[in-house]
Amino acid sequence: MTTQAQDTSVRTEIVVNVRAERAFRLFTERFDRIKPREHNMLGVDIAESVFEPRTGGRVYDRGVDGSECQWGRVLAYEPPTRIVFTWEISPIWQLEPDPAKRSEVEVRFVEDAPERTRVELEHRHLDRHGDGWDGLRAGVAADEGWPLYLQRFAAALDDAA
Amino acid sequence: MDGWAALADPTRRTIFELVVTRPRAVVEIAEVLPVSRPAVSQHLKLLKTAGLVVDRAEGTRRIYQANPDGLRELRVQLERFWTDALVNFKQLVEQPEEDT
Repeated sequence: MTTQAQDTSVRTEIVVNVRAERAFRLFTERFDRIKPREHNMLGVDIAESVFEPRTGGRVYDRGVDGSECQWGRVLAYEPPTRIVFTWEISPIWQLEPDPAKRSEVEVRFVEDAPERTRVELEHRHLDRHGDGWDGLRAGVAADEGWPLYLQRFAAALDDAA
Repeated sequence: MDGWAALADPTRRTIFELVVTRPRAVVEIAEVLPVSRPAVSQHLKLLKTAGLVVDRAEGTRRIYQANPDGLRELRVQLERFWTDALVNFKQLVEQPEEDT
């Protein structure tokens, strides 16, 4: 497994010893088992993370009380080779309401030998979130700038605890 | 240590909050907190390692302020997030068929 960072994207990949069809199916059907749980934008514990397997589908977390937090939308669903979805989460792990400040995640399934698939993940256009950071930076002098950011940061930390 | 872990400590979080409102020297922070100057320095060193603050020399004093390079911190966080995700995925996908 290798991880590589570029200026505006994060790339990571892993090789799994199964066919691409199975890798693709499990990645989308069992997304709940894959997504790390430490960042939770709901006010309650996450019961399940759901990846709706179609272009235009939603990517969301559902809380134990039934509330939902949609943080992505499926842009491409091409079994068994490729999925692309939006990442609508700001750098401080809050939902990003501004469509211009969303990045995207592409996952490619490359079967390079029998029963062997390389899964390449690229999270790109991170600079789109950078606008948010510039805004935060500009807000440092203002009373509502950094303190507000910190409040959210602390709230996110408490949620993660 | 990453930013999240660094801020789990309440004293460090308070120190971080102080330096993000405006740049401050160690002595200024020690004055308003029930913490010794060396302890404040230790905490700031950790916050710096975590990428949350940067420092600069100003005469004999060292001034700390919040690190404005948020994109770098974001990349570090996402790298860890997706690496964890793919490790989870490998464990799941290589289980025998009947379990999945």
